[in-house]
Amino acid sequence: MTQTLAPPPPAGAPSRVSRLRGIDWRSYAIYIGFAVVFLLFAIFLADDGFLSGTNLLNIFRQTAIISVMAVAMTFVISAAQIDLSIGSVAGLSSVCAALAISATGSALFGVLAGLAVGLVVGIVNGSLVTFLGMPSFLVTLAMLGIAFGLAQLITKSAPVPILHDTFNAIFGGGNLGPIPGLLLWTVVAVAIGWVVLNKTRFGRQVLATGGNRVAAEYTGVNTRRITFTVMLVSSVVAAIAGMLYAGRLESGRYQWGTGDELSVIAAVILGGTSLFGGAGSVIGALFGSLLIGLINNGLILAGFDNSQQQIIRGLIIIVAVALARKR
Amino acid sequence: MSERPSALDKRTKRTSAPAAEMRDIEKGFNGTPVLKGVDFTLARGEVHALAGGNGAGKSTLMKILQGVHRKDAGVIRIGGREVDFSSTADAEAAGVGMVFQEFSLVPTLSVARNIFLNHEPRRFRMIDDKAMIRRAGEILQGMGVDLDPRAEVRTLPTGYWQLTEIAKALALDAKVLIMDEPTASLTKTESEALFELIGRLKAQGVGIVYVSHRMEEVYRICDRITVLRDGGVVLSDAVADLSPEQIVAAIVGREVDALAWVERPAATKDTTPLLEVRNLTAANGVTDMSFTLHAGEILGLAGLMGSGRTELAKLIFGIDRPMSGEILLRGEPAGITNPRIAIAKGIALVPEDRRLQGLVLDHSVRENLLLPLLPGLNRGPLVDDRRGDGLAARLIERLQIKLVSANRPVRLLSGGNQQKVVLAKWLGRDPDLLILDEPTAGVDIGTKSEIIERIRELADSGKAVIVISSELAELLAVSDRVLVLRNGTVTDDLDRRDIDDEESLQLAIQGVRS
Repeated sequence: MTQTLAPPPPAGAPSRVSRLRGIDWRSYAIYIGFAVVFLLFAIFLADDGFLSGTNLLNIFRQTAIISVMAVAMTFVISAAQIDLSIGSVAGLSSVCAALAISATGSALFGVLAGLAVGLVVGIVNGSLVTFLGMPSFLVTLAMLGIAFGLAQLITKSAPVPILHDTFNAIFGGGNLGPIPGLLLWTVVAVAIGWVVLNKTRFGRQVLATGGNRVAAEYTGVNTRRITFTVMLVSSVVAAIAGMLYAGRLESGRYQWGTGDELSVIAAVILGGTSLFGGAGSVIGALFGSLLIGLINNGLILAGFDNSQQQIIRGLIIIVAVALARKR
Repeated sequence: MSERPSALDKRTKRTSAPAAEMRDIEKGFNGTPVLKGVDFTLARGEVHALAGGNGAGKSTLMKILQGVHRKDAGVIRIGGREVDFSSTADAEAAGVGMVFQEFSLVPTLSVARNIFLNHEPRRFRMIDDKAMIRRAGEILQGMGVDLDPRAEVRTLPTGYWQLTEIAKALALDAKVLIMDEPTASLTKTESEALFELIGRLKAQGVGIVYVSHRMEEVYRICDRITVLRDGGVVLSDAVADLSPEQIVAAIVGREVDALAWVERPAATKDTTPLLEVRNLTAANGVTDMSFTLHAGEILGLAGLMGSGRTELAKLIFGIDRPMSGEILLRGEPAGITNPRIAIAKGIALVPEDRRLQGLVLDHSVRENLLLPLLPGLNRGPLVDDRRGDGLAARLIERLQIKLVSANRPVRLLSGGNQQKVVLAKWLGRDPDLLILDEPTAGVDIGTKSEIIERIRELADSGKAVIVISSELAELLAVSDRVLVLRNGTVTDDLDRRDIDDEESLQLAIQGVRS
């Protein structure tokens, strides 16, 4: 009788060397892309002040809020879900925080009001997705409209000024020595996100749920709880992002964050997170966000107007995702 | 006969060449020969059974006939004309139709739209819905099926899905129809309707290849049978001239030698059984099932697809919930309402479909191995990756999983090694009760005997094991006791020593009493 054999594999336990071979170059596409774009701008826009310290810090500051939300979105997309409501949740949170501060004069109540928005929206989103089995795309699309409308309604479309200096300083307005506060927020968010996704049980279970929900469930992962949690965290982080807008712009307004969901999703996908779930990179998402900021900055310095920027940004995203996709 | 305006009847009368003829077909994958010169002839108006164990080559042979795989050598003639298919579209054009075991219908479309999917009749470049519904109606009528072509497929019982599949093949003027276990998901009455239809198609000159393990169906509707084993034909004869024992013997062959039964010392049964199932009934088809299982015992579950084997496993593991009856674990109600509780109570399930249920294919071998172990792998709030590496390496070593790197995606491994990964991830949890559903499906013979050896070791070390398998040779090699399931309930509870051979077990499964 013929002995059928498995395909010829060099046997043996995994070694350090083979570990390197197991790496997929596509997951580095974002860093290569970032470096290439950075070099191009450094060469061609040197005279426009691209490389100046102020300009580079500016890029960080402008992308910080997107970066923070992108960290949470990395978890959502890794778990094979999506959250389209983050932009309007940020707006609603900014408005509620501002209203609470002007009513009570207390920054603490402002923060609690903002966080409450995130919690409530997150619980609603999470429950509809996990317990009613509704697609997160539809749930959060509806929530996008509801949160936006609500923020507009309770402020009668007017901005609500925030006169609390401490609040404004903590949330985005202040600096810590030479370092902008927003940069710190980004660093903290990315650090926590990286550790949780890569080093904790929760992170592994998020990836397993997104990679194959049935297999994860069969292996004892509470996939409903995972899904619920990522939706909740996404909303809460969006609410924090809303307060960062409020602090930086010293006001709450329903328009803060409008359209951010698209930039955030683009940043996450650019960063190598699979739109189908199961693979995610927090650092990649940060660089995705920075790349978008870099492109915006460079295009402004080069003299393109907003409409041209939008078109070019769209094209770059298509190219990047095409390069990073699986065969 | 029907007054169907099909070209079929005219064409069948034109020549007397067989509907399909395959000569000296050879095919290998990665240097492993799967078909070694197979001859297969399907006459017009004949129902030809194709049988053989897993890996015998029957699905490969049929995939070549459907244009899915390309033959390495040999000749194929359809209606006397030599063909060489490079795609399923080629095969369809030549008149080879396939009724898929897993349905290939679009549930949200109507019966008519499904029948003409991709071949819609057109008028002025637009789909001609009226003509489509009319022609679908004619085909269904010709089949003797009373079904509204406008009905949406998802609203119909599964029996009609199968009929729609057949209508789809007939719409392409199929002269050769391949049916793969067509009754697997049908009820008794639906099967009857199918047999009647097969009779009609026969009369119209359609040649039908009938892949089935069910002996009673083979005797009922098939004219001839060809049995494959190890990539060669071991039997090809008129069904009427053969006894069931002869057919089963041909299917089984000598494979038994490689999978010899090793009698193990009987488990002590004076203690509380590890698992006791009492009058278990559930919506998934399990009906009034009762049995016990002791530590150190290997229990085989035998039965046809849909007999309740996989369904029982799902109940024990908490994926499905029982409606009535009890599951006792170590003498106490198990209270398992989800897989997490089952796992916490020391139960592990190696599921039927390893790609869908067992593995996250795009994740690394290491991640897959560690997934069930994560709850115990914390150091503070973080996962202890160093210990994880060690655990994974030990599991890989213990099951001798062949891989390039534990960090490469598990999808790159061969079927046998993938299966070892699924088994290994549960061994890491050291379960008291291990349920294996078709553990050797799609696994090469070498790996198969390794897996069987592991199962014996586990039982020797005091674990209880339930093995579900369609391969009786394997079941007999490994089991201490065999439960025969039929229609969701236990029909026999046999000590391995009382089962003479594979044939007698096969007869018990088929419900034929000798």
